[in-house]
Amino acid sequence: MASGTATNADPDQQTVRSNSVEQFYFPRPGQSLPGIPPFFGPPSSSLYLANDNEAKVGNQLEPNPSQSTDWDPQAIVSNLTFLEQKIKQVKDVVQSMSNRENQVASGSCEVAAKQQLITADLTSIIIQLITTAGSLLPSMKNPLSSNPAVRQLSNTLGSPMGFGVNANQRPSVDSKTDIPDIGKASGYEELINSLNTTQDERDELIKGPNPCGGEGSEPTPMEDHDVKESDDGDHEGENLPPGSYVVLQLEKEEILAPHTHFCLICGKGFKRDANLRMHMRGHGDEYKTAAALAKPTRDSGSDHAPVTRYSCPFVGCKRNKEHKKFQPLKTILCVKNHYKRSHCDKSYTCSRCNTKKFSVIADLKTHEKHCGRDKWLCSCGTTFSRKDKLFGHVALFQGHTPALPMDDVKRKRRERLFWTAVGGLNWNCGASSRVEDGEINEEVEP
Amino acid sequence: MAAAHRQHKRRRLSPSPAPFDSLADELLFLVLDRVAAADPRALKSFALASRACHAAESRHRRILRPLRADLLPAALTRYPSVSRLDLSLCARVPDAALAAVPSSGSSPLRAVNLSRSSGFGAAGVAALARACPGLADLDLSNGVHLGDAAAAEVARMRKLQRLSLSRCKQVTDMGLGCVAVGCTDLRDLSLKWCIGITDLGLNLLALKCNKLTTLDLSYTMITKESLLSIIKLPNLQVLILVGCIGIDDDALASLEKEYSKSLQVLDMSHCQNVTDVGVSSIVKSIPNLLELNLSYCCPVTPSMVRSLHKISKLQTLKLEGCKFMADGLKAIGSSCVSIRELSLSKSAGVTDTELSFAVSKLKNLLKLDITCCRNITDVSVVSITRSCTSLISLRMESCSHVSSGALQLIGKHCSQLEELDLTDSDLDDEGLKALTGCTNLSSLKIGICLSISDEGLTHIGKSCPKLRDIDLYRCGGISDDGVIQIAKGCPMLESINLSYCTEVTDRSLMSLSKCTNLNTLEVRGCPRVSSAGLSEIAMGCRLLSKLDIKKCFEINDVGMLYLSQFSHGLRQINLSYCSVTDIGLLSLSSICGLQNMTIVHLAGITPNGLIAALMVCGGLTKVKLHEAFKSMMPPHMLKNVETRGCRFQWINKPFKVEVEPCDVWKQQSQDVLVR
Repeated sequence: MASGTATNADPDQQTVRSNSVEQFYFPRPGQSLPGIPPFFGPPSSSLYLANDNEAKVGNQLEPNPSQSTDWDPQAIVSNLTFLEQKIKQVKDVVQSMSNRENQVASGSCEVAAKQQLITADLTSIIIQLITTAGSLLPSMKNPLSSNPAVRQLSNTLGSPMGFGVNANQRPSVDSKTDIPDIGKASGYEELINSLNTTQDERDELIKGPNPCGGEGSEPTPMEDHDVKESDDGDHEGENLPPGSYVVLQLEKEEILAPHTHFCLICGKGFKRDANLRMHMRGHGDEYKTAAALAKPTRDSGSDHAPVTRYSCPFVGCKRNKEHKKFQPLKTILCVKNHYKRSHCDKSYTCSRCNTKKFSVIADLKTHEKHCGRDKWLCSCGTTFSRKDKLFGHVALFQGHTPALPMDDVKRKRRERLFWTAVGGLNWNCGASSRVEDGEINEEVEP
Repeated sequence: MAAAHRQHKRRRLSPSPAPFDSLADELLFLVLDRVAAADPRALKSFALASRACHAAESRHRRILRPLRADLLPAALTRYPSVSRLDLSLCARVPDAALAAVPSSGSSPLRAVNLSRSSGFGAAGVAALARACPGLADLDLSNGVHLGDAAAAEVARMRKLQRLSLSRCKQVTDMGLGCVAVGCTDLRDLSLKWCIGITDLGLNLLALKCNKLTTLDLSYTMITKESLLSIIKLPNLQVLILVGCIGIDDDALASLEKEYSKSLQVLDMSHCQNVTDVGVSSIVKSIPNLLELNLSYCCPVTPSMVRSLHKISKLQTLKLEGCKFMADGLKAIGSSCVSIRELSLSKSAGVTDTELSFAVSKLKNLLKLDITCCRNITDVSVVSITRSCTSLISLRMESCSHVSSGALQLIGKHCSQLEELDLTDSDLDDEGLKALTGCTNLSSLKIGICLSISDEGLTHIGKSCPKLRDIDLYRCGGISDDGVIQIAKGCPMLESINLSYCTEVTDRSLMSLSKCTNLNTLEVRGCPRVSSAGLSEIAMGCRLLSKLDIKKCFEINDVGMLYLSQFSHGLRQINLSYCSVTDIGLLSLSSICGLQNMTIVHLAGITPNGLIAALMVCGGLTKVKLHEAFKSMMPPHMLKNVETRGCRFQWINKPFKVEVEPCDVWKQQSQDVLVR
């Protein structure tokens, strides 16, 4: 669903869609594009940190403290004015594009770049609009759950009022190429996603961020690409007291989704955000800037977030929160590995030994590194990767004996054949089988 | 023709009555045992006497030492009750030969010695294991080509009690593991030089083979990890740890809480990482030790020696090549009063005062070795002869500060002596005269004693009838008369060394030919010895196995012809500088058992003759040749000889005919020593 929209890679379709969006929401013409203060300027990190927070606390449905600010009519007015200008600019650009299309068949990449810019601008406009509207919500004492889309957006964008101001305060981000494109795209995707959604709100909270390409989609404090394949999150020694952390439970489909980061242009999925960013470079020069490629940093916003732990959706599992001796999983990665290892078929078979099966491909790869190197063999057929293990086994079991690998025996046999062949020569050259005292007494007839 | 001959033989034999029909085999075998003890060649004559004798001898024989491995099946068929098979004369035993050993469920074969053989592999061992399931003793020493596969086959011999895998360097823990699991009855195991074996295998061995009494782990990689489990073996009596660099003070200290009540012999010589501290700590664990060898191992300190006090039954203490600290030797005297055998040869720091003190306390001493203790003088000898009157062995080669007067005391006081080594001393005829009391003397080594003469040898010949071994190397003062007296008076003589006794002539050899037990004769550098004397030796001493006639320029082909005719037991010969030609060499090579030849600087030898002799002589294991021949002989021929198990050693020494007089030589060697 969400990813379905994102996988639309055809630039023409994208143009059509963005145009229609524009027509639908923002019919007014605007000014020229380069003059726009890039209010998407701030690096996406700040945006997504808010999202992080939300994902973590979402289960508890606690109102974000940043959202409980009072409604300021002045601010709304200035926001709306700003939006007006913005829409004008976008309209100008679109018009100029349509004119040019009529005259010359301009380079497709130029068109594509413009389309991206328009898309991004429109997205930002929609977001700001909704944000502005959303800023009204807390004052209405309405539970956030009533409008998941709005809440989602507000979370994504952080403090609603500080948005534009924040952007203006950043002088370094002054040219359009410096605009973090991922942020733009992800914002748009997210919006579409959240607008389309009709699902249960809790699911939405978790699932919503996943298909979008932003960093925030992985609500884990760890850097995904830095994570080593950890075990099922067996942090037994951790022993957090039951009430001291937030428990999240992802659904099965979500856990088993192969990719969590998607390219908004071509729809290709990635496991790691870093890989996505590398991929994005192929979509244009604007993705090659240092800012676009930089690893999103996290600021101190997550410090005071409550500790989050995860629950396995499999009922009856010790890792399921309903279990009496519930042991939570520490990270999303732990959830994934745990669920695959414990509750899924082992579909990966080792191609070398054809016996060992794994459900996590990394486990297979680890095994394959050592498979076939179990050269320490016991007479009972058991193999060991280490000699001392074999000797421990032999010491333990009566009658078991170390067995030699077959190729060794074959080699010895070859050697023996060689020696026999050589030895056959000239042995009978010995002059006489003369009898020696106390030795073979062979009688020789003359 | 052959058939006719056989028929003729049969006809000739048939009328003779069967003499042993009425005699029970047991009695007959007792008779044969005695006959064989008196003359080793007698059994052969007996077997050739008649068909019945032949059959009786076949049934009687227990030990078989074949010359050629390819005749093994026939030999084992002829001797059905052979229990020991010694293949040490077969340099090459191919797998096929071992596979031909007739396999029967109740093969009487109990012991097989393959220590000198090569050419067989795991398949041969497997065949042996199939043929002789009851094998109890197997010697696979020097099987450098044997690996784990062979060891795994050895493991099939479930009843094996003694096994030697010395120098089987390719055997690893896997092979040892197989042996440990398969041969749980093992009592005696040698893993000397098995450098592929580690603690893992040894731990398994200690776990599975707890009947082990003797274990040789010399030059293995054993460390403290397995030493503990080895020491814990309940029946272990002999533990040899020569040259184990993994054994250090730490390893020995880790045994502190363990006791081995059974251990009687411990050899830690050449363990370079062991010091006196480690020795002091291990003696607590081995209270019943009888023999301790610490040669070339650690400095001897008084505290270490005092710790030996805890081993109350210690009988043998070997401290060769050790450095004695001050009062170390004295402490031996006060702490080890029970010892009967003490070896201090080549040790540094042995002084007169300390040695005198020590021997004055060691009244029970039977054997004393002070070889190369160059600092001792008459003082030590006086106290040795005074207190250790029951000595049966005294070795004091190169104690050059001892005067001839003191040496007379040895003969006067130590009348029990059986073995005496006074090489390179100032011994004179008076000293030899004093030895007349030592009637049990069987080994006398008085080489490089320039002052002795025929007169002294006459005394020995008259009073030492049990003499078996005499060394007169470079005794320039003796001549034929002395040797004749020895030959007359010592009929049991087995070995005599007359090298560089330049006065010796054929007369000596003629008299020595009466010593029928003579097996070793060295007349190197005796230019007056000729083929005539050698022919007498060949005819008289039929057991001759080692002969050194280097620089006997008079010996020619005639001597070789006699040797080839009579000395069928010859194993080793040095022909360098002789006047032997191709003819002599070829006739010599007809001696099947010849293993070791040195043929350097023979003017009459051509490459063709040499290669012919080498090809004919099937049992050769080592040949020394001049380097010049290397290029003159066809390489494929050499390769062929090598394949049969022979090693070549190429000598590149200059041709040097003249023999230095003994006194000049001694002076030169002393000068070298001083420098």
